[in-house]
Amino acid sequence: MNIFEDANRRQIANRRNIDFILHILFVLATSIGVVALCALIVDIVVDGVARLQPELFTEFPSRKAENSGMKSALVGTIYMLIIMAPISFIFGVGAAIYLEEYAKKGWLTRLIQLNISTLAGVPSIVYGILGLALFVRLMSLEKSLIAGALTMTLLVLPIIIVSAQEAIRAVPKSRRDASFALGATKWQTVSRSVMPSAIPGILTGVILAMSRAIGETAPLVMIGALTYVAFLPDGLKDSFTVIPIQVYNWLSKPQIEFKELAASGIIVLLVLLLLMNLSAILLRNKYQKNV
Amino acid sequence: MPNKDTSSLNTSTISGSNPFKNSKVSIMNKVMPFLLFLCAIVSVLTTVGIVITLATETYQFFKHIPIFDFLFGTKWSPLIPPKSYGILPLLGGTLLITVIACLVAVPIGLASAIYLSEYAPKSVRKVIKPILEVLAGVPTIVYGYFALSFVTPIIQFFFNSAGIFNALSAGIVVGIMIIPMVSSLSEDAMSAVPRSLRDGAYALGATRFEVALKIVVPAAFSGIVASAVLAFSRAIGETMIVTLAAGSTPNLTVNPLDSIQTMTAYIVQVSLGDTPHGSLEYGSIFAVGMTLFVITFLLNILAQYVARRFREEY
Repeated sequence: MNIFEDANRRQIANRRNIDFILHILFVLATSIGVVALCALIVDIVVDGVARLQPELFTEFPSRKAENSGMKSALVGTIYMLIIMAPISFIFGVGAAIYLEEYAKKGWLTRLIQLNISTLAGVPSIVYGILGLALFVRLMSLEKSLIAGALTMTLLVLPIIIVSAQEAIRAVPKSRRDASFALGATKWQTVSRSVMPSAIPGILTGVILAMSRAIGETAPLVMIGALTYVAFLPDGLKDSFTVIPIQVYNWLSKPQIEFKELAASGIIVLLVLLLLMNLSAILLRNKYQKNV
Repeated sequence: MPNKDTSSLNTSTISGSNPFKNSKVSIMNKVMPFLLFLCAIVSVLTTVGIVITLATETYQFFKHIPIFDFLFGTKWSPLIPPKSYGILPLLGGTLLITVIACLVAVPIGLASAIYLSEYAPKSVRKVIKPILEVLAGVPTIVYGYFALSFVTPIIQFFFNSAGIFNALSAGIVVGIMIIPMVSSLSEDAMSAVPRSLRDGAYALGATRFEVALKIVVPAAFSGIVASAVLAFSRAIGETMIVTLAAGSTPNLTVNPLDSIQTMTAYIVQVSLGDTPHGSLEYGSIFAVGMTLFVITFLLNILAQYVARRFREEY
């Protein structure tokens, strides 16, 4: 009897030990991600903080590192956001309203839905190839602001549609029923009852999609945006540069000074992303309280 | 716009006629579904556009380079004569990066998912989860910088033979980038496992690790596999990290310390130069892009299929 109990006890102790060891391993594995993020941030701040001077924002890129700034890149990024945001909002939210409120269940709706989820997995560089063939060559928009903005719009559209669909789906059915019961038409119900309560969720999704867009480099390299731009774009057909492109440009130069510039450019980019994400989170929190 | 609708509705109601006839309301009701449908169609047109542009240019390209030479050729030298267009070195480079990335991301991501869903107290989870999600939001150019200025020097410290551009550094950083993808998708699958299954195992005296290994992971297995496949596909399509850190020498090698070139990095390299429209180099972008598109497309379909087909229903 005693022997059995001993063996049993030992086995339980063993299993407990294994559990304990793996618990520690799992904690370590999880912390790798956190440590990597910290290392990344520290590495960039250490390299780039010295160049974070006012000249960075007031000077154009130059052949000499000491005179270089990212004025044209910062302005280009903001211009692109201004062009992209309304276009992608209209098409993305329009598609989401159609799919959630109007579409009848059938092969066409299923195809559109399947297509959107597949598009979200297409590598961004493939969008760049599409932009190159469609906007730059076929429509001969050249390496312009509008060609870049349209390419990016196509890239973020699936993200916006999916998040807008979720926001619209989260509006309770009772709201629609109440609106119909008052004699409202379908469009009145959608535009005045469903949309107002879905809009904070939609905006959150749009902001997150925009923050994805301003960090993208590859599609814009494809359409030929990697050029030396020492002026501010004046119209839609002017050539332009954005922050990630400018960073890539600096990184491809051999001198160490340009590497520091690249790091400081990255700091600006990350701060911009942080601000956008923060506003998305604030919007979401406010929205969750109201519901 | 809504205000106008109201006024037209009110006036027509007051005047006694049917408010829904010939008013803006009824026009909106007829026009909007169509306009919204057009918005939804844009996404389908995008796919059609991608397929058509890739297919037509690739077809032109295959008129000059036989498809067999392209798919099975072992030498990729499109810019320097004697020109040769065998995609295997690019495919091999892509595969090398992807395998390294998955060796990093799948164990770490899965372990993080198990920790977050089975071990972590709620308060820890609330902090760790958003931090991991931040990793997914970092632009790839930033990761590229990180690979060059932080990971590569460490690798060179341990392996003297490693050059500035090597597959290992890029692969590890791509792996770090896709950790949150594996961990958050796997964790979603694990949280979908009903509590009662865990409680049953705990009641039989199982430890937390036994519950995780023998109950939760098998039950969430389809979701875990799907997350790994998606991460694999994401790693294949990753561009800036490999362009910056893996180099631009198409090498058919399995040595992770070598400089290689991936499909995506090649596409970037060509588009940096001013390639005349209609030239073979221009066509090769589309042929390589087509290969990339087909592979990632198939992997995404596979992930969706696995998630659906092998899902345990409760």
